Amino acid sequence: MLQIEELKVEVGNKTILKNVNMEIPKGQTHILFGPNGSGKTSLMMTIMGFSGYNVTHGKITFKDEDITYMPIHERARLGIGVSFQRPPTINGLKTRSIVEICSGGRPIDIEELSKQLKFSDFLDRDVNHNFSGGEIKRSELLQLTAQQPDLVLLDEPESGVDLESIVLIGDTINSLLQRGIKCPKEQPHKNFVAERTKSALVITHTGHILDYITADKGQVLYNGVLCCSRNAREILNWIREYGYEECVRCTI
Amino acid sequence: MHDIDNELEVNLDNYQNETEEHEYINELDRIDSSDADKLLDVGVDTKETGRAGTFIQKDKSIIHCKTKLDGVEVMGISRAREKHEWLADYMWKNISPDTDKFTAQAKENPHEGYYIRSLPGVKTEQPIQSCLYIAKDKFSQNVHNVVIAEEGSELHVITGCATAPHLISGLHVGVSEFYVKKGAKLIFTMIHDWGEEINVRPRTVINVDEGGLIVSNYISLKPVGSLQMYPTTYLNGKGAIARFNSILVASKGSFLDVGSKIVLNAPDSRAEIISRAITTGGTIIARGNLIGKVAGIKAHLECKGLIINDGLMHAIPELQGYVPNVEMSHEAAVGKIDQHEIEYLMARGLDEDEAVSTIVRGFLNVDIEGLPENLKNKLDKIVFETQKDMM
Repeated sequence: MLQIEELKVEVGNKTILKNVNMEIPKGQTHILFGPNGSGKTSLMMTIMGFSGYNVTHGKITFKDEDITYMPIHERARLGIGVSFQRPPTINGLKTRSIVEICSGGRPIDIEELSKQLKFSDFLDRDVNHNFSGGEIKRSELLQLTAQQPDLVLLDEPESGVDLESIVLIGDTINSLLQRGIKCPKEQPHKNFVAERTKSALVITHTGHILDYITADKGQVLYNGVLCCSRNAREILNWIREYGYEECVRCTI
Repeated sequence: MHDIDNELEVNLDNYQNETEEHEYINELDRIDSSDADKLLDVGVDTKETGRAGTFIQKDKSIIHCKTKLDGVEVMGISRAREKHEWLADYMWKNISPDTDKFTAQAKENPHEGYYIRSLPGVKTEQPIQSCLYIAKDKFSQNVHNVVIAEEGSELHVITGCATAPHLISGLHVGVSEFYVKKGAKLIFTMIHDWGEEINVRPRTVINVDEGGLIVSNYISLKPVGSLQMYPTTYLNGKGAIARFNSILVASKGSFLDVGSKIVLNAPDSRAEIISRAITTGGTIIARGNLIGKVAGIKAHLECKGLIINDGLMHAIPELQGYVPNVEMSHEAAVGKIDQHEIEYLMARGLDEDEAVSTIVRGFLNVDIEGLPENLKNKLDKIVFETQKDMM
């Protein structure tokens, strides 16, 4: 689904990503760990194609198409969607309208989707205007649910969310990624997994989100380099025990 | 490039105060179709659906005038003066003819204007519509308008100003005096669609008594040669409230100097000024002045400007507090569209142009109070077309 080769990225003439190689196959969810400032968000912004993230070397391929220099909206239309940590407020644009924009003309039931996210009261408010941390997450997930991307990029979905909402957010992410276990009764689990098409890259600093969603793999980004790729829970256990210092030892 | 004084200079000798009369039209649907289209653009519904009354003045002639409601008077100002001797007390009361050359012109060469009055306790749901229209080239249309909302009444007025499609140059001078009596409510919406060479000089003064409310909405999205207005509102009674919204777009060659001044003279009075302005090559001076004279007043001013491509945006917010215990604030911001906002929408699938126009529409989307649904839709459409022209 997504392939990143020898990616080097500069932000304001400073090299942020040195040499990133990554592959996320169809249907898989990968967790991206890394300390603050390691370049996690920069990697996500580069995948989406935001300005200010200059690719100086390497290549990003999505659905077999070279998207390295593709405009943002074309990537979105090709099936990449992103949940931002600090999205901008857009004055005068109602949340309802941006959800409609996300649906790209597909029929969606906004009322029902927002009810599930307990977000109905926010539909007629300006996008992100005075939203709390948890409200921003729910707004972003509502938009992604309408957008139905094939590759979902989530930037710290658990940060700033209270304990009550995190279950709801976890459930929403699971159903967005076809990983919910609530209603697949009509067919065996193996079929359910085999038919899974949605992929994701989930950025986390603390790893708390792993208590609520399942993942196929974990990766660690340290100092602009992907230095580890293995079972997400195992990585988390090591980081919890020894901190990211352990990752430094691995990169040497 | 943007010389403000030169832009504002209007030589009255370039305009005539005389022109031929136009015939009165009994049935509004028989109005000339090109005129009717222009009227529609400024909110006048020639079918009069959902309107409580109509006043239309073309050049110096009143071509249509009626009210569907008892308790609401709509007529030309000269007829109103014949009918009500007391009206003289309401004219030139808070504004003097020697204020400037335009007010002097309105005094010396008056060309009608509207008189709209709701009698005590009368509440109109539907708006009265009025239109001041210039069809004659080089004409100086000098009107004097009076609106009175008597005690406990509620009055909605939608007034549109426009020019004939072929018109090259013209001057509009409008002296307006509004009176909102005790406990009354006046919602006044003005939509301007002048021409590229038209100079516009409204001079408005509003008085609000105890517990009265004035909501004023001003919308100017189309090109205009120059427009300069600075209506003054006096909140003279306890608990009087004024809310002013304006939406301005200045394209290349347009010059707008628009603002409002609100004097809070009584305890518990409240005032709010909200302005949204976009320049796409023209000049906008967005003023706002709140003057707190007594304790216990509350006033807020919000002025936001966007510069697209080029142009000058000059925000002048002023607050004057004369005593302690006033609560007054302002926020002003001028800038271009934030790249983050554009890219955020692009990440949701909009291309760059679509993203920019969505943001511009949002920016201009001030919730305007008291607009009938069909006019709201009409305005949305005009905003949509305006922002398309900008790109």
